[in-house]
Amino acid sequence: MTSLSRKITASLFLAIVTIVGASALSAQTHLLNVSYDPTREFYEEYNKLFAQHWKATTGEDVVINQSHGGSGKQASAVIDGLEADVVTLALAYDIDAIAQNGGLLDKDWQTKLPYNSTPYTSTIVLLVRKGNPQHIHDWDDLIRPGVKVITPNPKTSGGARWNYLAAWGYALHKSGNNEQGARDFMKKLFNNVPVLDSGARGATTTFVQRGVGDVLIAWENEALLALKEFGSDKFEIVIPSETILAEPPVAVVDKVAQRHGTEKVARAYLEYLYSPEAQDLEARYFYRPRLKQAAEKYASQFPKVNTFTVMEGCGGWQKAQAKHFSDGGTFDQIYGK
Amino acid sequence: MSGRSNVPSSAILQPTVPQRMGRVALILLALLFLGGFLILPVVAVFAQALSQGWKLYFESIRQEDVLSALRLTALVASIAVPLNVVFGIAASWAITRFDFHGKSLLITLIDIPLSVSPVVAGMMYVEVFGLHGWLGPWLQEHNLHVIFAVPGIVLATVFVTFPFVARELIPFMQAQGSDEETAAVVLGANGWSVFWRVTLPNIKWALLYGTILAASRSIGEFGAVSVVSGHIRGQTTTLPLEVEMLYNEYSFTAAFAAASLLTLAAIVTLVIKKMIEVTSGVHPVPEEEEVES
Repeated sequence: MTSLSRKITASLFLAIVTIVGASALSAQTHLLNVSYDPTREFYEEYNKLFAQHWKATTGEDVVINQSHGGSGKQASAVIDGLEADVVTLALAYDIDAIAQNGGLLDKDWQTKLPYNSTPYTSTIVLLVRKGNPQHIHDWDDLIRPGVKVITPNPKTSGGARWNYLAAWGYALHKSGNNEQGARDFMKKLFNNVPVLDSGARGATTTFVQRGVGDVLIAWENEALLALKEFGSDKFEIVIPSETILAEPPVAVVDKVAQRHGTEKVARAYLEYLYSPEAQDLEARYFYRPRLKQAAEKYASQFPKVNTFTVMEGCGGWQKAQAKHFSDGGTFDQIYGK
Repeated sequence: MSGRSNVPSSAILQPTVPQRMGRVALILLALLFLGGFLILPVVAVFAQALSQGWKLYFESIRQEDVLSALRLTALVASIAVPLNVVFGIAASWAITRFDFHGKSLLITLIDIPLSVSPVVAGMMYVEVFGLHGWLGPWLQEHNLHVIFAVPGIVLATVFVTFPFVARELIPFMQAQGSDEETAAVVLGANGWSVFWRVTLPNIKWALLYGTILAASRSIGEFGAVSVVSGHIRGQTTTLPLEVEMLYNEYSFTAAFAAASLLTLAAIVTLVIKKMIEVTSGVHPVPEEEEVES
């Protein structure tokens, strides 16, 4: 019987070695794109498009694997060793965190690709139930007593930080750059939030699937996707008078790509996001393309919006983070008191 | 009451009408609760999964991502469960048959995974094997992947299921005592033959019981695995994680179809468990049974 237990031990060992070895030894080029939640559908299609393009231009096969989750959680995973060749996250702050804590890419990563390394943009809009029964037309309507607002927790969700900063920017302009006025506005707004989901997709499901709330603050691409998935006879989109330009950035994780020997294909993967074909695909998945050609083709889908950037609204992500979302920051002060 | 003095004394114990109504109400309440909180949700899983018909149900299950999640889940369970069995037997053998220093410490250690939140369990492994963890740099130098790869998922699953077999065996073996084994030793059997011929046959049902509990937990584990998985589709996604992903993609039918597989596994587990109880007389032991030394 000892030989049996020996056999069991040996086969267990073999199994573990095989598993450990399998990822290291495979011959094909593999890329891992670590992304955030709402990009699943888009990157599934884009990966096919890029694999074709890469095969046609270099003759090489490339297999792209996807990992999705909350933007901040994904950034932490990369810092802790999730071997992303490229990251495509919800906000620059999360990629900054990878550069600062992990040293896995240069601090000036955002200058390496056009348009601040954001090949596509979106904006923050309001999704309401069909017929707009609560008459919600702008940010001001969200602080009316009795209106239930759904937005995820800005401490945990990248998407929620865009939502927060969009409202903050509006409130600040409205009160003539009076910070106290903006603070009061935000306090009233978050008093109307019955549930703070931890992620943007979770908040969308709460509003759309579970039917909670009168208005969902959402990325435009999420709102358009919800209309497509659940029917435009159930919801409608309200564009506020002023909102933020959401720029989800992309970057090659230099250190990981170097170790994998995938720098070239990783860079090409991100650069191809700016190509006409990819821009067209982005627009079909409801992201606003940068290229004029695609933007014009899908103009009916993307109404004109009056936007400000994070830089204009609050002096960039580092400042916004420290001021609003750090422990004891503005959000902590206005929420739950 | 004087008019009823001729009623036999046993009837005095019969519940009065309001008492009987109270009983019925309580039973109804319990049934309602059971129906609303247990049976209805289970039925809902299958109803949702089949809401678009059988064809789409099977198509959802046959998706490459779901199949690979299923394979990974099976692989993880097939590594975690045998390890659990070996460890469980060794630990309960040591604890119930021998006296040694630190025995109560060992018993406490075995229970740790039950009291630690699975999320914390996952984070402990990130802390040890992560890039900035204690072993991370060394692992990276040797191009070994633990965290955000299959070995990490196996480790996390082994951790959360570790107490299951031991917890079943220890009280059972204590109740049995070591008389038969002592007799075997007196008759000249060596250690191995005592184990294979006396101990193992005696504990087989309790062992099987614990194994099934461990298997069912390792198939269903979400929290710890979620932390160490990295969520790479088709590679490090187990079935419970795949269910969440599909749900987040608005693929509700596919999500519930995958969930129905997990539910089926749970139901099969329950049936086997019940069969063991009936055929062997082994019953679940109370969680907090005292271990005597």
